[in-house]
Amino acid sequence: MSERDARASARFINIGERTNVTGSAVFRRLIEAEDYEAALDIARRQVESGAQVIDINMDEGMLDSEHAMTVFLNMIAGEPDIARVPIMIDSSKWSVIEAGLKCVQGKAIVNSISLKEGEALFLDQARRLRRYGAATVVMAFDEEGQAETAERKFEICERCYRLLVDKADFPPEDIVFDPNIFAVATGMEEHDNYAVAFFEATRQIKAALPHAKVSGGLSNVSFAFRGNDAVREAMHAAFLYHAIPAGLDMAIVNAGRLPVYEDIPAPLREAVEDVLLNRHADATERLVALAEGYRGRSKDIAANLSWRELPVDERLSHALTQGVTEWIEEDVEEARLALGRPLAVIEGPLMAGMNRVGDLFAEGKMFLPQVVKSARVMKRAVAWLTPFLEAEKADAGPSSAGKVLLATVKGDVHDIGKNIVGVVLQCNNYEIVDLGVMTPAARILETARHESVDIIGLSGLITPSLDEMRFVAAEMTREGFDLPLLIGGATTSKAHTAVRIAPNYEGPLVHVTDASRAVGVVGALMSPERRDAFAREIDVEYERLREAHSQPSGRRPRATLKEARANHMETDWTVCRPSIPDAPGLHVFDGWDLATLVRYIDWQPFFAAWELAGRYPDILEDVAVGAAARSLHTDALAMLEQIVAEGWTQPRGAAGFWPANRDGADDIMLFADEARLEPLATLHTLRQQMQRGRQGRPNLALADFVAPPGVPDYVGVFAVTAGDGIEVRAHAFEAERDDYSAIMAKALGDRLAEAFAECLHERVRREIWGYAPDEQLTNEGLIAEDYRGIRPAPGYPACPDHTEKRTIFRLLDAERNAGMSLTESCAMVPAASVAGFYFAHPEARYFGVGRIDRDQVEDYARRKGMDAAETERWLAPNLAYNPS
Amino acid sequence: MAEDRKAALVAAAGTRILVLDGAMGTMIQQLGLEEADFRGARFADWSHDLKGNNDLLTLTLPDSIADIHNAFLDAGADIIETNTFNANCISLADYGMEDLAREINYEAARLARAVVDGRQDGRLCWVAGAIGPTNRTASISPDVEDPAARNTDFDTLRAAYGEATEGLMDGGADIIIVETVFDTLNAKAALYAVEEVFEARRHRLPVIVSGTVVDLSGRTLSGQTPEAFWYSVRHVQPFAVGLNCALGAEQMRGFLTDMARVADTLVSAYPNAGLPNAFGGYDETPETTAHHLGAWARDGLVNLVGGCCGTTPAHIEAVADTVAGVRPRQPPRMEQRMRLAGLEPFVFPA
Repeated sequence: MSERDARASARFINIGERTNVTGSAVFRRLIEAEDYEAALDIARRQVESGAQVIDINMDEGMLDSEHAMTVFLNMIAGEPDIARVPIMIDSSKWSVIEAGLKCVQGKAIVNSISLKEGEALFLDQARRLRRYGAATVVMAFDEEGQAETAERKFEICERCYRLLVDKADFPPEDIVFDPNIFAVATGMEEHDNYAVAFFEATRQIKAALPHAKVSGGLSNVSFAFRGNDAVREAMHAAFLYHAIPAGLDMAIVNAGRLPVYEDIPAPLREAVEDVLLNRHADATERLVALAEGYRGRSKDIAANLSWRELPVDERLSHALTQGVTEWIEEDVEEARLALGRPLAVIEGPLMAGMNRVGDLFAEGKMFLPQVVKSARVMKRAVAWLTPFLEAEKADAGPSSAGKVLLATVKGDVHDIGKNIVGVVLQCNNYEIVDLGVMTPAARILETARHESVDIIGLSGLITPSLDEMRFVAAEMTREGFDLPLLIGGATTSKAHTAVRIAPNYEGPLVHVTDASRAVGVVGALMSPERRDAFAREIDVEYERLREAHSQPSGRRPRATLKEARANHMETDWTVCRPSIPDAPGLHVFDGWDLATLVRYIDWQPFFAAWELAGRYPDILEDVAVGAAARSLHTDALAMLEQIVAEGWTQPRGAAGFWPANRDGADDIMLFADEARLEPLATLHTLRQQMQRGRQGRPNLALADFVAPPGVPDYVGVFAVTAGDGIEVRAHAFEAERDDYSAIMAKALGDRLAEAFAECLHERVRREIWGYAPDEQLTNEGLIAEDYRGIRPAPGYPACPDHTEKRTIFRLLDAERNAGMSLTESCAMVPAASVAGFYFAHPEARYFGVGRIDRDQVEDYARRKGMDAAETERWLAPNLAYNPS
Repeated sequence: MAEDRKAALVAAAGTRILVLDGAMGTMIQQLGLEEADFRGARFADWSHDLKGNNDLLTLTLPDSIADIHNAFLDAGADIIETNTFNANCISLADYGMEDLAREINYEAARLARAVVDGRQDGRLCWVAGAIGPTNRTASISPDVEDPAARNTDFDTLRAAYGEATEGLMDGGADIIIVETVFDTLNAKAALYAVEEVFEARRHRLPVIVSGTVVDLSGRTLSGQTPEAFWYSVRHVQPFAVGLNCALGAEQMRGFLTDMARVADTLVSAYPNAGLPNAFGGYDETPETTAHHLGAWARDGLVNLVGGCCGTTPAHIEAVADTVAGVRPRQPPRMEQRMRLAGLEPFVFPA
């Protein structure tokens, strides 16, 4: 790193941005559903991953922002691992800022104030900030608008500074100016000088306004080159190269991970600088032309091969930590010849390299995708040595740290997370026995005994898997097992493990939140010294959870079903006339074109699957995980290109639209005919039971979005899959010992299925239902759900009951029309599938049902004709009470 | 006159270590008062039990309080604190006396002022109007099941502290001391209120902010480190910042050092007389207290010293003797950097 870059990165302040409702749809939904506990986890993860300040923003039209800010900051105050860092109170509304300031004991930074509404208000706010004891960001924004030229930027900042320092007695070191970084090379001539204006304004601010800081949102500058990382990174590096000497103090991009300025290829650097510095009239055209040549080229592919000159053990270490397979076989062979014995290579340099990977991962210096790549290198190396090991008749291979059995339980088909855990454990020298998906309890127990495993890990994604895990635990007890049992997967939780599974099992039982935690937990359980203490600690913790859970006062009170229904969402059906579908009935989509789906991909969950937290595309420039994310993204795009070009899989799907009306309060009846005489199916929906009295918000159920009898309304259902080709490929990769590609293929399969659902929904809105024929949205707009209508899926917060999928599958004959089926737990096969409902109501929105009480469960069971106890099992995570 | 006393205070602090008084509560306890003493004639028929309402004694037994002030002044204290630790409408509500908050503060400041002004020994002494934390906390939930719940909030505290401050200023306090801060958000509400009163009166008094570290992990009750605490209250540019109460001098030293290192203002410290014994009393002798505080003074850690729970005029006399003639701490010059705080400090890189 050059000195210039070192200075830039040392200065860089990492501000956690994910607790922002305008930036994170996940966070917004949690706050809207008042699931503050889960929202806290997001804050916690940011601090854990190195945020030095966390930005909290509750600016959402539908929210009582002051209330949300107060509640969330009060919650944070009770979490020392989050509250240890300062808070950035982020709002465009002063009342929200002030509500926030009244909840923080530390010294916060406010984001932001400006002269937008005049001097008097600005000064009043500044004086109050002074009295609350807060620093502040000040936007270069005045009564006339946002400043675009250097003169205006400086003029506004200087005016703000003088007002703050001279009139409000504001400490100059507590002022951060944001003089607006705007996009250049947009093709608009008036934008050409934006970067120059920023540099110049920064220089003037730093020269004339002592102690003030300058900040900016760097990614804006390269906005015109979205999708071309090489050019964007070069623009950021060059921007910093000029902005830092000018005086930029911080930016929302990790300068330390940008390419070194000197390493940017000269022609690109020159073209970028021509644009930034506005040196030629045709600078934009030239950069656009040049940019095409850099598309898809990642700077992380180091042209620098000097490591090939190192001694062989260092080369192996490099290959493992960098995940480079290209030379692994020749290097391993060289090491084998040098060391004489194949086992010596494994136990020597390879183990040392993997230990280093394990350490770097534990220290948060490597991330999952990199670790999985390292594992691929290791497996290749071991594969090369295996014939030699066998020839030597060495008894078995190297000694392992322990044997772990992993399985996705019966009825469930999701295994990405489980596979990642397996790979990470292998990297730490554990032997893995992977039983794959849909594994019956008997097979788990039999294998555990037969293979003499040390630990069993169960995984599951969907709700019914919780019950299956409980069953496996009970079976283990019955057969006298006392091995440590690990519980993991998206649907599982520590509370569920403690309350529902632990009473069924005597041995050590631990809930593992993610792959990163698995290594520590397995390590503790395998260590003869630490095992007992660790198990006791967990026992105590789970006992406490059980106690807390058994206290009725531990729960927020619920509204009765009757009260909740009385507070349903009202629609004036004389004004809101339902749209009639242009093409009602059943539609089958066989062999949807893969290429059309790519642009609909929502990348954020893809990164989440690899345990890389961050908002896309910002994650690509994130301080901590940016490099890992970029490399992963490049690999993903490459595989995606292959999937499309080689036609790995055939997306299929079906959708149907039928006359429908609300039936009772919470059900929806679908009819085969327009006269609505012949019932076709009933959809059962669940209603929120949180106490809403104070906020004046309704207790929603999906049925609220459908008109009562007398008003002709319609409902649609759909089921789509990326096809079964993905899994075939994934198996092939696994056979080649390439877990990285196998997991990648599955993760992309999931994304393609979601993209298919998004793409089909758009077509439904524009053509099939046709209520929004003129809708024009970018992919960002689609992801942000800036459209009318929703497509909630069973098993997700608005409709937690997975069994509703059975109705959808029956209506669509999905097995025949889309090649999709359901397991006994209502998991969909193939795994890369999405099924759900379509509602077109203009006010329809996603929400979380949250916890429901016994009165509703009993009523729901009666409506569905299901046993109450069985209903409780399907809805276990949503119960507000302990089922008997 | 008030401005002269302020200037004299600043000048005195520049040349010597100033001595605060000791424990008002301990001294009152030694009087062995009964319910009737607390009630006096005025509150003979009051609806609540009043024994233990020490702040009320300013109204019902003013001579006894004046005697205590005089005893500490005789012992060598430069600054005496008003008998107002709980004299705010929130804490007084326990006795049904929330409406008396202003009067008690006013009378307590007036009484202390009269004692100081009536001294015949020619020494210049000051009255510090004491503002305690109240018995509620704005950062901590009273309900383990509902972490977002609070039994008070910023605006309620701000109003209560504002009323107390007005009483103290009207009664003639020279200094405002926001003390025994266990929750910095309470203190920030107090300081906000104090600033509002200063602005309304167009007159500023020197402010002392004194936190309390409640356990050996070195955190306030609400979880802040001493350095984070300082950055959170630094915006009022206090005359002094420091620690009091809770642990004894021996345990307080490390935390005080952490604060003194970054406090670009005067530092005050008035610990308890050691840790409480099994009966809740304090056994540390005046010599031991003076031994610790003398060492702090010689090591350049402090500008103001005194005592909290368990310290008597004998302790203050010993302390005054030992710090006499010792050069006061020189506040460090701090770089002008943005200094934020959560529970822990965050200093913006240079």
